Amino acid sequence: MRARVIVLPRPEILDPQGRAVAHALSSLHFGGVQDVRVGRIVDVTLQDGLERGAAELQVRKMAKDLLANPIVEDFSIQWLD
Amino acid sequence: MRVSVLQFPGSNCDHDCTYAFGSVLGCNTSLVWHGESQLPEDTTLVMVPGGFSYGDYLRCGAIAAHSPVMAAVKRFAEQGGAVVGICNGFQILTESRLLPGALLRNQNLSFVCKNVTLRVDSHKSPLTAKLPLRSTYTMPIAHMEGNFIADTATLDEMERNGQLVLRYVDAHGEATQHANPNGAARNIAGVSNARGNVIGLMPHPERAIESLLGGTDGKTMLSGLIDYVRG
Repeated sequence: MRARVIVLPRPEILDPQGRAVAHALSSLHFGGVQDVRVGRIVDVTLQDGLERGAAELQVRKMAKDLLANPIVEDFSIQWLD
Repeated sequence: MRVSVLQFPGSNCDHDCTYAFGSVLGCNTSLVWHGESQLPEDTTLVMVPGGFSYGDYLRCGAIAAHSPVMAAVKRFAEQGGAVVGICNGFQILTESRLLPGALLRNQNLSFVCKNVTLRVDSHKSPLTAKLPLRSTYTMPIAHMEGNFIADTATLDEMERNGQLVLRYVDAHGEATQHANPNGAARNIAGVSNARGNVIGLMPHPERAIESLLGGTDGKTMLSGLIDYVRG
């Protein structure tokens, strides 16, 4: 079982990295870019045989306790398989 | 009394702190490895030094915040013990939730290494308790993630509670935008917890302890800290 944790700066947090990327995109003549946010993807492979509900709870806790900093970041979880 | 200087894989100001407290200020000083689950029994001050703990992986300070020694530091702080984090140490203290807020990438995305001037705005920390209010000190910063942030309600509450202890200021002692090296909210260079026994700051007082190093303002500041801790 694999979980993909997607971490992004919260909307109200200024993301200078995203802004720099947006600026670079317009320098490359990509028009119409309104905003860019740069985050992080963490793929977590779990041992086989874990019950899905328990695994979901566990990955949510991983994201909250370590993978994201809830003061400045939001996270979402996708299940890859 | 004993100063316990924590040591994580990737710490690089641990020996500077040991030199400052041990050789320059004459305190009993020990290095404490991150895997220890207890602090030396006679510890009166915990120093969380600067560096790149765990290679700054994930987020600066995030992995160090979960190391065994930090559980001991949390217990020490809960009992009112004095804890000071410098630079990466500040990041570790916010990631451990011993201090409010977070430290983001500098607004200009650059590593900034230069001297800054700090102003003491509150006595509510072990580091500033003995220093005159509005006094200023010059010392280096050297960081990539020093942009302090917290939501407005938290900042207002910290301000009311005297937790915004150090600010970046210009030559006239004013917290101007130009004096702010990293985009930190309200020119914040250092904050304390609500109780006032834990403080984190981005600047490096331990690097300004001998005129050979370019100044001794850091020594004045750390002497005040030791006076306070000795009671």
